[in-house]
Amino acid sequence: MSGAIVSSVAAVATAAGRRSGRGAQRAGVESPWVRRTLIGLALVFLTLFLFVPLVAVFTEALKKGWQAYVDAIVDPDALSAIKLTLLTAGIAVPLNLVFGVSAAWLIAKFEFRGKNILLTLIDLPFSVSPVISGLIYVLLFGAQGWFGPWLREHDIRILFALPGMVLATIFVTFPFVARELIPLMQSQGSEEEEAALVLGASGWKTFWLVTLPNIKWGLLYGVILCNARAMGEFGAVSVVSGHIRGETNTIPLQVEILYNEYNFAAAFAVASLLAMLALVTLALKSIVESRLKDELPEALDLA
Amino acid sequence: MPGFGLSLGFTLFYLTLIVLIPLSAVFLKTFTLTWDGFVHAVTSDRVVASYKLSFGASLIAASLNVVLGGVVAWVLVRYRFPGSKIVDALVDLPFALPTAVAGIALTTLYSPNGWIGRYAEAAGFKVAFTPLGIMIALTFIGLPFVVRTVQPVLEDAERELEEAAACLGANRLQTFVRVVFPTIAPALLTGFALAFARATGEYGSVIFIAGNMPMISEITPLLIVTKLEQYDYAGATAIAVMMLLASFAMLLLINLLQAWARGRKERS
Repeated sequence: MSGAIVSSVAAVATAAGRRSGRGAQRAGVESPWVRRTLIGLALVFLTLFLFVPLVAVFTEALKKGWQAYVDAIVDPDALSAIKLTLLTAGIAVPLNLVFGVSAAWLIAKFEFRGKNILLTLIDLPFSVSPVISGLIYVLLFGAQGWFGPWLREHDIRILFALPGMVLATIFVTFPFVARELIPLMQSQGSEEEEAALVLGASGWKTFWLVTLPNIKWGLLYGVILCNARAMGEFGAVSVVSGHIRGETNTIPLQVEILYNEYNFAAAFAVASLLAMLALVTLALKSIVESRLKDELPEALDLA
Repeated sequence: MPGFGLSLGFTLFYLTLIVLIPLSAVFLKTFTLTWDGFVHAVTSDRVVASYKLSFGASLIAASLNVVLGGVVAWVLVRYRFPGSKIVDALVDLPFALPTAVAGIALTTLYSPNGWIGRYAEAAGFKVAFTPLGIMIALTFIGLPFVVRTVQPVLEDAERELEEAAACLGANRLQTFVRVVFPTIAPALLTGFALAFARATGEYGSVIFIAGNMPMISEITPLLIVTKLEQYDYAGATAIAVMMLLASFAMLLLINLLQAWARGRKERS
């Protein structure tokens, strides 16, 4: 602990003089009412901001009864939104997974110039507003965009179609897998891989049989977070989708349309699917986190 | 170690294709505007009002998160109470819950006849469709940042120092202010900066609750979307450039803060 803090401990000691006694008995513990007040304050805050909104999604969804709930979800537009969401995430997540592994291998196993710049660039999409994440693809592929005229000539649709939505989703979820894997692989070092290589394994074999088993929980963790964001992204996808009903609407966009049509029960019914996805994500995340904690000390010992 | 060429090549290729070329399009597009046109696009009254709202509301929301998020982190690390594990897991809800869902849920709750809004209305506050509603939404989405940056620091903090302070006669408040607070201050600041940066760009959770009145409750990201819908690409891009510059400045600040916090930890 830093010298500054030790000296302030001394300062506190001088300031407080000799009235110790009771303080020493309850060293470092707040009085019960302080404790209760703080717990109460935290719980009130979290209740108002987290629990009540979550509960509201489900109660609003079921307000008109179970049948209305089911009808809202099996509506053809809702079903096509579900399909499109699964398809978009199904393309975006694996691509970012491959990128994450490649970037983590590069950064964890090799020393080279510009590594810190590369790390910053990988994190960049997190600091860009979702709206701008959509805008950039409009500027590239829109009618007035760089490639707009060429695309129209060749009758290729990127904007207001699946490719644009996939690109926007890839952009907003770009750092997730890389960011989980880089610190994990750095802490694990390269000794195990070096041993495998010395024993005659090929590079790919080493990766599949040595590296991958070591990073599987970190990889899964990154994929879970990446997938949650990919399925739930709203701003970026909204800008590139064109809002064509039954065609380019994902689940979050369908929620918006239903809500703006004052069809609240249906909007919340479709939204409840995303809320359930969020709860599953949190549960999986907690499980994987405890696995990671079990594995990391082991990994650190080997490093 | 094999694979340098392959991983370097693929990483740079993918990064350039997905991030660098599209982002550079924003900056290049602004060159289609004259300087005067650019200045006009980013300083018109409606745009300036949106900056004030976006940055002001984000500032208030991030500050609220520092205080209450700090309390949540403290309670989760130091106290055991029934359900604390579940509460801990649910803190990440704003990361996992899609913003549109959060947006419609908060709007329904805080609208004048909603579960919370009706009491606020009775007390004389209108929350939904006002800047106050925007602050609520931004507090929601920024909530995990402070908690998750402060939590590990509190877990690592040496309790012996607090006990030493107590043994030497400091009361609990003195110990907190002079021993605990300096330890967690960098994490609080980092959490603040992360929550603030996220809030300035937020779109999905805000647009439902905001009311979106020009000059009053229109956030900057919404203004970009509005200009795009009017096919004013250059105008939208000019505002986007201003926002990108602000977020890059925030990113730099956050990196510096984290480097500072790491330096402090290593020196100790």
